[in-house]
Amino acid sequence: MADYNIIEIMICVAARELEDGATVGVGTGAPCAAAMLAQRTHSPNLVIMFEAGGVDPQLPEMPISVGDTRTFYKAVMASSMCDIMETCCRGFVDYTFLGGAQIDMYGNLNSTIIGADHSKPKVRFPGSGGANDFASFCWRMLVMIVQDTRRFVEKVDFITTPGWLEGGDSRAKSGLPLDAGPYRIITNMGVMDFERESKRMRVISTNPGYSFEEIQLNCGFELLRAPDITETKPPTEEELRILREEVDPYKYVLGR
Amino acid sequence: MVVIEEGRGRLFTDPDPDRAREFFRKKSRKMTNKLMSLKKATEEFVHDGDYLAIGGFGANRTPIAACHEIVRQGRKNMGFAGHTSTHDFQILAASEAFNRVDIAYVVGLEARGLSQCARKYMQSGKVEVCEWTNYGLSARLKAAAMGVPYIPTRNMLGTDTFKYSGGKIAECPFTGKRLMLQPALYPDISVIHVHEADIYGNARIRGIMISDDDLARASKRVIITTERLIPNKEIRRDPTSTVIPFYLVDAVCEVLYGAYPGTMPYEYFSDEEHIQEWLRVQDDPVEFQEFLNRNIYDCPDHYEYIQRNGGIHRITELRQKELLLHKEVESGRL
Repeated sequence: MADYNIIEIMICVAARELEDGATVGVGTGAPCAAAMLAQRTHSPNLVIMFEAGGVDPQLPEMPISVGDTRTFYKAVMASSMCDIMETCCRGFVDYTFLGGAQIDMYGNLNSTIIGADHSKPKVRFPGSGGANDFASFCWRMLVMIVQDTRRFVEKVDFITTPGWLEGGDSRAKSGLPLDAGPYRIITNMGVMDFERESKRMRVISTNPGYSFEEIQLNCGFELLRAPDITETKPPTEEELRILREEVDPYKYVLGR
Repeated sequence: MVVIEEGRGRLFTDPDPDRAREFFRKKSRKMTNKLMSLKKATEEFVHDGDYLAIGGFGANRTPIAACHEIVRQGRKNMGFAGHTSTHDFQILAASEAFNRVDIAYVVGLEARGLSQCARKYMQSGKVEVCEWTNYGLSARLKAAAMGVPYIPTRNMLGTDTFKYSGGKIAECPFTGKRLMLQPALYPDISVIHVHEADIYGNARIRGIMISDDDLARASKRVIITTERLIPNKEIRRDPTSTVIPFYLVDAVCEVLYGAYPGTMPYEYFSDEEHIQEWLRVQDDPVEFQEFLNRNIYDCPDHYEYIQRNGGIHRITELRQKELLLHKEVESGRL
């Protein structure tokens, strides 16, 4: 079996979720690496969109910013923030890839503050950026996040970005576009989806070397268990080669 | 229209389109020569207490020269639109130029890491904040550009981002759906860096627009910094390329490399080593102050700043990097 680190397996697993011909809104870092890997393997026609306006670039290397020139290198269009987000809002964008400091059992994400007092937070994070927008509009939200009890919490300090909100039909009632929402949570230990009715996070596969119990141990809330939990397919030699040599040769993402 | 819920954040700007019209009614439509130094433009059009918006996105086509000038002139108590504001935000935070911020994305520098000085300032309790999202702020500028008090969107619903915003949720009179209402944002002053402009303010931008077309239209006063001044004859030869017309603009400043150390599409790439230095020196307050003195306070202008950080040699490397020529240079092939 090939040797890989925790970031590499998350990116490889994430890339497999993106089918050929789909559209995906991504940020910099690991999400962008996953989209680039998908393009170089099974999804050559994956259309990548960046919130600052880049549409379908032929990314020559990892962008540093979601608005740097690489995000519209040999692209079909160099557009605007409103155009990209309105394209998402109209229902044209299938996937988005996000991360965050905290996540709860309904897939709500916090990237705003740690602490109870918003006016004087213990820790200030960047805020939504385009995350709330992408998560509100794109059909399926994927999250890549390291599995531990600091990140997987019963209650996030601040809901920056909507998951299934309070579960059940609460998201639909909020006025957010219907049927869009969290789809897969990809961690270094396994992959989760959301149970259809309750919208609670559910383990569907465990990464090589991990069990459901270990994932539960590294999660601050009770996880559901899919009826047939499978073992995640580890990264192949070819996926790792492309990821290391073509997608991220300078180890912006993989080195961490 | 029935309002269902209100965000608890304060609106830092007035969304009333008739008051904006009153202002715009008095603004000169004359095509006069607006070329001046950045120093003079900042003295004349950027005031203490103003609500400021910066064009570009992150460290991309951002008017960094203008941010330095605002800091050098010691502006205080400003409002600020934090619309994926990264390197510009840490510059303005370092001098505590603002005391209220509409936040979509601040403190971070995307993949590069976080600014400790900006974070510390935002955690100090000295800054009043209101939460939004990138599209939220773009939509607010769009509403202002349309001359209407708000536009409806479908983001922010159901989240704390909404609860701590200055927006409202209302029922759609056509469909009964719940909608987020984004109040128009009319900045007092915006600074936008462009590729080319004439002396009157007609401006061209290459690559992504981000929100700068709407930003120029929404702002009461606009300073354009441009990589290159071009003749009005050239503007008129190719009007398709004009994205900002002269009547929106108050000042035109020719500032070559005005986005340095950020990226200017098709011109030069960001100076990542220098931006990393910015992040590193913030760990030590004394070192940081010396760094600010060397790079901002003791520099008469942007050219001296660039000179102190590698000058034309560095710019040449960044130009190669922007055009991906460094790959050819390194490998001897495409």
